[in-house]
Amino acid sequence: MDILKFITAGSVDDGKSTLIGRLLYDSEAILLDQLEALHASNRKNDDGSIDLAILTDGLKAEREQGITIDVAYKYFETDKRKFIIADAPGHIQYTRNMVTGASNAALAIILIDARKGVVEQTTRHSFLVSLLQIPQVVVAVNKMDMVDYSEDVFKQIIADFKKLAAKVNLDNVTYIPVSALKGDNIVYPSSKMSWYLGDSLLQHLENVEITIDDSSAHARLPVQWVVRPQTDALHDYRGYAGRVSSGSFKVNDKVTVLPSGFSSTISKIEVYDKQPEEALAGMSVTVHLQDNIDISRGDIIVNSAGQPQLSNVIEADLCWMDTRPLDTSLTYLVQHNTKTIRCKIQEIIYKVNINTLEKDFDEEFKLNDIGRIVIKTAEPLAFDPYQVNKANGGAIIIDSRTNVTVGALMLRQSVE
Amino acid sequence: MSKYRLDYLDELEAEAIYILREVAGQFEKPALLFSGGKDSITLVHLALKAFRPGKFPFPLVHIDTGHNFEETITYRDEMVARIGEKLIIGHVQDTIDEGKVIEQKGKNASRNPLQTVTLLDTIAKHKFDACIGGARRDEEKARAKERIFSVRDEFGQWDPKRQRPELWDIYNGRIHKGENVRVFPISNWTELDVWNYIRRENIPLPTIYFAHQRDCITRNGQLMAASPFLNMDADDIVEKKNVRFRTVGDMTCTAAVESYAFEIDDIINEIASSKISERGARMDDKVSEAAMEDRKKGGYF
Repeated sequence: MDILKFITAGSVDDGKSTLIGRLLYDSEAILLDQLEALHASNRKNDDGSIDLAILTDGLKAEREQGITIDVAYKYFETDKRKFIIADAPGHIQYTRNMVTGASNAALAIILIDARKGVVEQTTRHSFLVSLLQIPQVVVAVNKMDMVDYSEDVFKQIIADFKKLAAKVNLDNVTYIPVSALKGDNIVYPSSKMSWYLGDSLLQHLENVEITIDDSSAHARLPVQWVVRPQTDALHDYRGYAGRVSSGSFKVNDKVTVLPSGFSSTISKIEVYDKQPEEALAGMSVTVHLQDNIDISRGDIIVNSAGQPQLSNVIEADLCWMDTRPLDTSLTYLVQHNTKTIRCKIQEIIYKVNINTLEKDFDEEFKLNDIGRIVIKTAEPLAFDPYQVNKANGGAIIIDSRTNVTVGALMLRQSVE
Repeated sequence: MSKYRLDYLDELEAEAIYILREVAGQFEKPALLFSGGKDSITLVHLALKAFRPGKFPFPLVHIDTGHNFEETITYRDEMVARIGEKLIIGHVQDTIDEGKVIEQKGKNASRNPLQTVTLLDTIAKHKFDACIGGARRDEEKARAKERIFSVRDEFGQWDPKRQRPELWDIYNGRIHKGENVRVFPISNWTELDVWNYIRRENIPLPTIYFAHQRDCITRNGQLMAASPFLNMDADDIVEKKNVRFRTVGDMTCTAAVESYAFEIDDIINEIASSKISERGARMDDKVSEAAMEDRKKGGYF
């Protein structure tokens, strides 16, 4: 059994919390004491039924205001799969939270209110899903009960969304008509929409195929820690510990260590007391090399035949996440894999109005702004373009005065 | 591209090991908070996988309320001897003796809330900059929002509105002097995941997790172990029950469940079919809807 992490993009008005609540409730992921608390709550739907949205509320302020402020994680499972939901807020002032939730998701559910169709926030959510390169997308057309379960309405929304998808480069889109409030096509297929022959949302989540990049060309192992017991028995033991971020390594593979450029051959792969022949993306391993070369935390081991770009001037997409605007005169820190070094944002190329997708040449880069920039780093970064290899193309910007994470970078290409 | 993906336990394990190694790489003086419960026992096992054949780059730290299940302490001492790592103990009794906290009175008296002060004192004394803990997001709704690297100010407080964005698997552990980070490597595990992992890895556990006979009293609809630490009165009736514990905390706040689960397979079946959440058996969470959130803001683990 594997794990599917997905994000839900939409706002309370679209019925996002109700949708998640319905998924949990109908898949019987809610326990008795939590159910008691739910029934005891004063919040009820107009028809007196329990308000499933309560299940996703976390913090006091969120309960008071009836909104989602921060990303909450919910867990449930069926016989086929385990699921982790990143429940992120959909309003524009929480764009950074959605970016955060989207960064780890393998699938995104974009919610559309059937009465309203494709609106400004649909554009925004679709743009973010594309920017973060979430591989699978579900468009859940919600509140079908309020448009008489009309096939025509559903079809029109699909047609409208396809135009948007083409503009933001979204592939792998699946469309499902649902009513989270009534439970149509969430867990159980709807009896009200016999014209829809596809899977219910949960069936789709259970069956959708998620692939991993196991090519040796993208074999990347950022070194986290060097294991050196320095005991008499293990005097010469020197293992490089880390998690394979993408691709795969095999014993006897020729590898290169970056940024130094030294090459060697993998002599052994260890996972505690086992010695697998292969280390695949996602595995935490300890690797041994034939030659004694200087490697420390912050270095990355790659397959010599498929090397990443190595540069200290890089074009990238940036999402700004701090209340203080970006200051191009300031030195920040960039954390990429296990390496943290100094950097400057050398140039703002443009910003994107994420509601209209128009380019904006306003100089100031403020909270929740997204755009294209050029970053200059104190040492070269060994990176892949985020579009090609997400695992080695994401980085964060840290404000060294506050130590807060202030930006998310999707690296694109070296600038000569 | 391949359809092959890691099995969920392998994926969760790999993620936790990755997080533990990030702690080792990013902090000067980390510590692993060890309670003797199954979650922190799992953390120790994961640390073995992350750092052997080397030593742990951190000591284990136990905040001891003095109101422990004897079985937990026996287990702790045996385990520390077996793995040969350093153990630091912070005693709630010392905090009481120093006059920093006052023992609660009355029928529901517990040392559970007092341990936050001992924890903060222990962190300050040893200048720990990161404390690894076994909390999971599925336990409670405030925890569902907490980051894997959760920054606390010098008073140990969690500010849910000022959490750092946590993107991909890049963890920002940079802090100012006096601050520390709580790190939760098994954030994404559920209770059942922990049990399935313990079974797969054959990890030994304290005996109180398994069904046994014990003198109990019933308080607020929950079964509590009769002990000298529990303030009892004439109304309390001591009965012998077949019980086990789903979480292991202070004896005064950890409720038992009636159970005939003698083996780990029985426990997994019991939990899989259970309709009550794990923290439903914790008196400390029953106080109010926001009980956990409030305690975390005050520096609780």
